[in-house]
Amino acid sequence: MSRILQPASERRAETHPLTWRLHDDASPVLFAEYRDTGGYAAVTKALEQHTYESLTTEVKGANLRGRGGAGFSAGMKWSLTAKGDDVPRGYIVCNADEMEPGTFKDRLLMEQQPHLLIEGMILAGYANRSKQGYIFLRGEYHRAAASILRALDDARADGWLGSDVRGSGWDFDIALHTGAGRYICGEETALINSLEGKRANPRAKPPFPGQSGAWGLPTVVNNVETLCNVPGIVNHGADWFQALSGERSSDGGTKLYGASGKVLRPGLWELPMGTTGRELFELAGGMRDGLTLKSWLPGGGSTGFLLPEHLDLALDFDTIGKTGSRLGTGLITVVADDQSMVSLTRNLEEFFARESCGWCTPCRDGLPWSVKLLRALEAGTGEPGDIELLEQMARDLGPGKTFCAHAPGAAMPLSSAIHYFRDEFERGITRPRGEAHADPIPVGSI
Amino acid sequence: MTQNTATIASDAFVLDPADRAAILEERAHYPYPQAASIEALKIVQKRHGYVPDGAIPAIAATLGIRVADVEGVATFYSLIFRQPVGRHVILICDSSSCFLTDYEQLRDALIDHLGIQMGQTTADGRFTLLPVCCLGACDRGPTLLIGEDLHGPVTPEALPALLEAYA
Repeated sequence: MSRILQPASERRAETHPLTWRLHDDASPVLFAEYRDTGGYAAVTKALEQHTYESLTTEVKGANLRGRGGAGFSAGMKWSLTAKGDDVPRGYIVCNADEMEPGTFKDRLLMEQQPHLLIEGMILAGYANRSKQGYIFLRGEYHRAAASILRALDDARADGWLGSDVRGSGWDFDIALHTGAGRYICGEETALINSLEGKRANPRAKPPFPGQSGAWGLPTVVNNVETLCNVPGIVNHGADWFQALSGERSSDGGTKLYGASGKVLRPGLWELPMGTTGRELFELAGGMRDGLTLKSWLPGGGSTGFLLPEHLDLALDFDTIGKTGSRLGTGLITVVADDQSMVSLTRNLEEFFARESCGWCTPCRDGLPWSVKLLRALEAGTGEPGDIELLEQMARDLGPGKTFCAHAPGAAMPLSSAIHYFRDEFERGITRPRGEAHADPIPVGSI
Repeated sequence: MTQNTATIASDAFVLDPADRAAILEERAHYPYPQAASIEALKIVQKRHGYVPDGAIPAIAATLGIRVADVEGVATFYSLIFRQPVGRHVILICDSSSCFLTDYEQLRDALIDHLGIQMGQTTADGRFTLLPVCCLGACDRGPTLLIGEDLHGPVTPEALPALLEAYA
């Protein structure tokens, strides 16, 4: 089981709002312990002191940016959600479809502290005047499902869910919805289609879910970690949240940062937003087996590769965004010097090709084509023009060409790998133009 | 079309009463019945190991929705199996972090040990081997999900003993 690598003695409520209750042995924090350590106090405070509008304003002021990877302000999203007296009550949906390659943070929060998520969802439901919440959990997270189901029962039994929440007159409940595979379900509008029991194809925007989402009603979709930040903001205020990151970043709060790949100590840490890549890399103990760092992904398979020289940058949305990459989920994937970038890029594009829902032509047809070219370059049977073709495809997969961000996400590692490691791709070109790619892609090869 | 109908009609399938009840219980979580279709498929799959063709119209009838809508989701989602699988389904993560921590060696060892390719089932019906995207345990790569059990890091050397536990 994944663990926070900071011992409990180093985690405090004021500085580690996401993880301070977590046990060193990774056993779950159950209802009684959660409540006895100040759990659900934020719901009580919100019901007594906040209107739905003032709660939204508080979260907006905290500059809590979406931890699913897009970095959109959660409070802004809430403020754009239809919830006037003339609007039917809608839904708050937790995106717990964690499948971004290299990302393993939401699983830990759900397995070990489900009540923090539930408390955050109740607050989000209150701020958005939702009538119902759904946790959209990927089907492979069996332990998280059991943990959430038990927590929902315990919270309901104590009056935090159901009709007339804690005597407030507000009815709100949460149901667990488990998926059946497919990465695309993590895309906001595909997730809504999947929640409705349909194929997980994305929807055209506008209308945005905040206007017309699940079953045509106003719907807010927030990531697990995003929602887990809300109780702290309500308890301690937007200024406290902003101060957690201090001078490091204009993004508020802490972040569950992580590192994987061939590092000495792969794992997770709760650190101030804006922690640098180097601080994280050093917490992970640097490379193992005498290897040297060659490249890294800042936050998942759909972010662009960076170089060792970028390690001193703050891991926040704007700073990493300026490199042309994205912060994404903030869990870095570390690449060692003995790793072929062509092979790794091929692996990533195979993933995106397989997980494309097939709705948009550039994505459905372009990604398998890119895999074919990458396999040829990897095998040393590429031909002149292949790299330029891959670059053109990366542009054609870019933002605005498809309904959702799947294809642009696939383009990021592809274009950045070629940008920084072009010589490795060039070494795969050995055959004259026109010879290499006569064979069609075998059906089912992706 | 005629042929398809004949296939479904000849595929005698009776929805277990307990499964029917479970599907209707799921249905109550949503404003519209179609939303319970994926969960219904999973309920059937839990009992049978996969979703027989005959279950599709049975689920549609139970939920009061179109057969095509059930078929549509049953052919979209990768963890809905439309043919029999082994008693234990091994999902091997082939995403980037596991790839960087020697997924390919683990995959090859599995293929060798089981004597099957990806997507196949052992002749004794014990294991089915499938790829899966990132299992969210990248700090423990390379990873496997066997049934509901997550394992990692798994070395090729540790495989035989690990698989012994699954009869």
